[in-house]
Amino acid sequence: MKTILPFIKKYRAQSILAPLFKMLEALLELFVPLVVKNIIDIGIGGGDKIYTLKMCGLLGLLALIGLVFSITAQYFAAYAATGITNGLKSALFSHVMSLGYTEADTLGTSTLITRITGDADKVQNGINLALRLLLRSPFVVFGAVIMAFTVDTSKGTSAWIFAGAVPVLAIAVFGIMLGSMPLYAKVQKSLDKVTGRVRQHLTGVRVLRAFGREESEKKSFSEASSELNSFQRTAGRVSALMNPITYVLINGATILLIYTGALRVDSGILSQGAVVALYNYMAQILVELIKLADLIINISKALASAKRIGGIFAAKNSQTYPENGVQPDFDAPAVEMKDVSFTYKNAGAPSLTGVNFTLNPGEKTGVTGSTGSGKSTLVNLIPRFYDCTEGEVRIFGHNVRDYSRETLNSLVAVVPQKAVLFKGTIRENLLWGNKNASDSDLEYAINAAQCADIISAKKDGLDEMIEQNGANLSGGQRQRLTIARTLVKKSPIIILDDSASALDFATDARLSKALSELYWHPAVITVSLRTGSIRDAQEIIVLEDGAVAEKGTHTELAKLGGVYSEINSASGGDGNG
Amino acid sequence: MADKKKTQKAPSGTVKKVLRFISGYKTMLLLSLLTAAAGVVLNLLIPLFFGNAIDLIAAKGNVDFDGIKSILISSSAAVLICAVSTWVMSTVNNRITYGVVKDIRTRAFDKITVLPLSYLDSHPTGDTVNRVINDVDTFADGLLMGFTQFFTGILTIIGTLIMLIRLNFLVAAAVVCLTPLSLFAARFIAKHSYNYFREQSVQKAAAASTADEAFSNIKTVKAFGKENDLTEKYGSESENVRKTSLKAIFFSSITNPSTRFVNSVVYAAVALTGALNILAGGSMTVGLLSSALSYANRYTKPFNEISSVFAELQNALACAARVISLIEEPAETPDPENAVSGIETEGNINIKDVYFSYTPDAPLIEQFNLSVKKGERVAIVGPTGCGKTTFINLLMRFYDVDSGKIFIDGVDERAMTRHALRSSFGMVLQETWLMSGTVRDNIAMGKPDATDEEIENAARRTHAHSFIKRLPDGYETVIGEDGGNLSQGQKQLLCIARVMLMSPPVLILDEATSSIDTRTEIKVQKAFAELMKGRTSFVVAHRLSTIINSDVILVMNKGHIIEQGTHAELLEKGGFYSHLWRSQFGAAAADA
Repeated sequence: MKTILPFIKKYRAQSILAPLFKMLEALLELFVPLVVKNIIDIGIGGGDKIYTLKMCGLLGLLALIGLVFSITAQYFAAYAATGITNGLKSALFSHVMSLGYTEADTLGTSTLITRITGDADKVQNGINLALRLLLRSPFVVFGAVIMAFTVDTSKGTSAWIFAGAVPVLAIAVFGIMLGSMPLYAKVQKSLDKVTGRVRQHLTGVRVLRAFGREESEKKSFSEASSELNSFQRTAGRVSALMNPITYVLINGATILLIYTGALRVDSGILSQGAVVALYNYMAQILVELIKLADLIINISKALASAKRIGGIFAAKNSQTYPENGVQPDFDAPAVEMKDVSFTYKNAGAPSLTGVNFTLNPGEKTGVTGSTGSGKSTLVNLIPRFYDCTEGEVRIFGHNVRDYSRETLNSLVAVVPQKAVLFKGTIRENLLWGNKNASDSDLEYAINAAQCADIISAKKDGLDEMIEQNGANLSGGQRQRLTIARTLVKKSPIIILDDSASALDFATDARLSKALSELYWHPAVITVSLRTGSIRDAQEIIVLEDGAVAEKGTHTELAKLGGVYSEINSASGGDGNG
Repeated sequence: MADKKKTQKAPSGTVKKVLRFISGYKTMLLLSLLTAAAGVVLNLLIPLFFGNAIDLIAAKGNVDFDGIKSILISSSAAVLICAVSTWVMSTVNNRITYGVVKDIRTRAFDKITVLPLSYLDSHPTGDTVNRVINDVDTFADGLLMGFTQFFTGILTIIGTLIMLIRLNFLVAAAVVCLTPLSLFAARFIAKHSYNYFREQSVQKAAAASTADEAFSNIKTVKAFGKENDLTEKYGSESENVRKTSLKAIFFSSITNPSTRFVNSVVYAAVALTGALNILAGGSMTVGLLSSALSYANRYTKPFNEISSVFAELQNALACAARVISLIEEPAETPDPENAVSGIETEGNINIKDVYFSYTPDAPLIEQFNLSVKKGERVAIVGPTGCGKTTFINLLMRFYDVDSGKIFIDGVDERAMTRHALRSSFGMVLQETWLMSGTVRDNIAMGKPDATDEEIENAARRTHAHSFIKRLPDGYETVIGEDGGNLSQGQKQLLCIARVMLMSPPVLILDEATSSIDTRTEIKVQKAFAELMKGRTSFVVAHRLSTIINSDVILVMNKGHIIEQGTHAELLEKGGFYSHLWRSQFGAAAADA
């Protein structure tokens, strides 16, 4: 609720008007049994044809006004619900964009997407229904009870049957609904399991068949399916109680009503028409109570969704940036790490321990080591994707935490491991690096990143469309384009995080050469498993289990006979081909 | 001609097929129909009872208590019996529906396990899952609604009409003439809001895809500081959604007020005709008027319900048709009855004159011949799409050859059971796939009865043991679908460990080691070398070391083996292989 509240403000008027008009409509409905009572008592009882006609006309008129009121209410409700949800979704998107890597890692992409699609839809539906019905239904229920008291004003009035019937009905309706909710949650969970079984069998069909697992898969599917069936039947049995029980209650109350009505008519307290009116009010109660219970389930679903969305809003970027950050000192070392250690949130052991190194402007550092040795973690600390937990990361003479977000962003450019391109033209993707880059800037970056051949092979050149996730390009093409995109930024520090792995050796070598010849002479950090990509570096850092195992130039390390020389021979660096 | 007009409609045979699924529940179906009929009849009698009772409450001092009592007692009995039969009906309907759902799902899943790979490869996973899960659910909803609302709805409409006609012909006429108005109104509104809903779903998809792209790649977005641009883009897309949603929701929400309005008009008309009849000294009484009013209230409800049931049923049938088409999909050719099973193969493989293509108009593998002796190591190299993966598909009989034969130890593959054949192979595919379950379950996939010691031993030999030990629950750590939070390299190690445990005579490694880092790869390859001793192996290779040390290198291009020999022989030959070699490993080779 707290999550939605701020967005309701803008739609305060609609949020008040919608239920208001709904209540007006309900009020008109409450008059109907009274009009019928008068038709019976005055029109029929008094033999007054004109009066009867008038009253039936009034029924029609009430219906028409009711229609106008309720359509008005529906409009306001729809307006408020869509508007509030739109505000919520935009704010949620913008909030997600403000999160840091740590939070994005913890929350997970699919969760975030579900929040902004499915959950937001449920919230919208909940708001819409709440505005329409949350006041209307109780209003009709209590209105009917009150009307009953006005119809039978005598002492010990038969309206007490209403006062008694409403809570009993309410308990039955809500009891069954609430009682069946956890059962349906179980059904849903069980269905998810069945779905998982089917999906698993399809995605792993080759492996499962290779291992001859068909029969055991059939068995576990059939188990999951039987479990689902039994949950469904239990849940169904409970909710099947709703109709019969309410039916018995409401008709029992009606029977009681007719009998007491008979006594009262006999003693002249009530008219025949009044009994019919009371009978009609009783019928109205049940319909609205069921609607209300339905509504409450929908609202509780919406509230649960809102709470989940609120959970995303609660996640705040753990990093803060100074508003007026320091300015870089370009004579100082480009990157300096001093006793840097880093532990991922919720991880048991540190991923980096006691790392030290210095990279001077215009020079190159190579980073290598096994999977999980901490290479990516190391370079992720430089643009502050994560903050180191111990020690200090400095660039151009200052701690990275002292730069403003914008300055830091302009100083460091990263080509991430996963080559991601976005739906749009090649040009649009390249301009991510710098909105104002000229065509010759782009051309320079394209040539340096060895992707001139990609562009020239495309019919529309730079304006060729790239599908979502770059689906219409090969892995190597995507990698080269992401490198070009980063070069467009012309940052003084460039980090390539294993971003040339899909390139063949010859292209990789040309890329390394081009990077060393960039006209603005950036400091370069290259992470790679191929020694060929880093052999020209002034210094190579070899990581092993998050710590620096070896450090030196290619020639020094290759001679050392340690981890590096092992990697070197394995990656075919000095192979005997 | 008729094909051009295909809509959501199910093919004509569907109803018959659906009925066949239900036919197992004949007794219950009968019970359902009987209880439904009983419920409807009693339910219709009750307003009449109440009307008669009200007639006995004429005025002060003019009340027939004995009559009222007996009416109320019989109506109490009617109410109770009606309630019980309603409950029995719902329970029976649930039983039938969920039972049918289970039967259909089981048959669909059983079918999936025997469908040829060609079907599964050409149908997206999401589509098939959708058929087995969502389509079946929609079908179940439709079936349940059909049972509970369609039959009772029609009975109620007919019963109400009979009751009304018996009460008063004019009143009945008023109801019959006016009620269709609500149907027209509902149909009119649905038609118009449909377009808005369609537009809405297009715009929603656009906004969702922006969110998807931005959230999945948030690291890239942040690396380039594009947060604000994307927020703006999403904001404007979301605003478009708001505008159409408003229209869609508003128009569709007019339906209820409109049908309610028609209902009220019918109510007023009944009140009018009934009252005028009484005033004119007709057959109506106040009590019967009250009964008529309550019938009028009830009459429109099943009418509206049935119109929605029709749409729902049509949709349900369309969904049923999709599942049924999956169930009726032809299975792969069954193993011959006298098929060889449970043999110990040695690993001699002979491929004779094999032809294969995925589609008849694009021949792929042609006149393929190969003879591999027990224990030989075969490397397969070639450009993308040369037929390497297809070769594996044929060896494992994921696909059957079009012509020609593959022999294992002299036995035709097709004369063996698939199970026996596949248990001779250990396969590590390019795309690592783990099932949801514990690490132990995954390693023991090919040998579910393996002891802890055997499992740990296999893990140790593939260098997976040390990282497994570091997982929160060691070998009992549950990994989710898709391997959860294991790294690519770790997943691959597990895939290798599970083959190691099975210890099959033939190995198939499809670019298996390409995404493990070189250091781990060395260890893994050492383990593989040990495993490969005395075993036949086929390796789709990218790495120098693998290729160089092979007994035979098959160079494939466009489905043919174009060159065959050892590394040295092929280099000397100066053909396709030596060209490929230089272009891929040129830089490294030049170093030597």
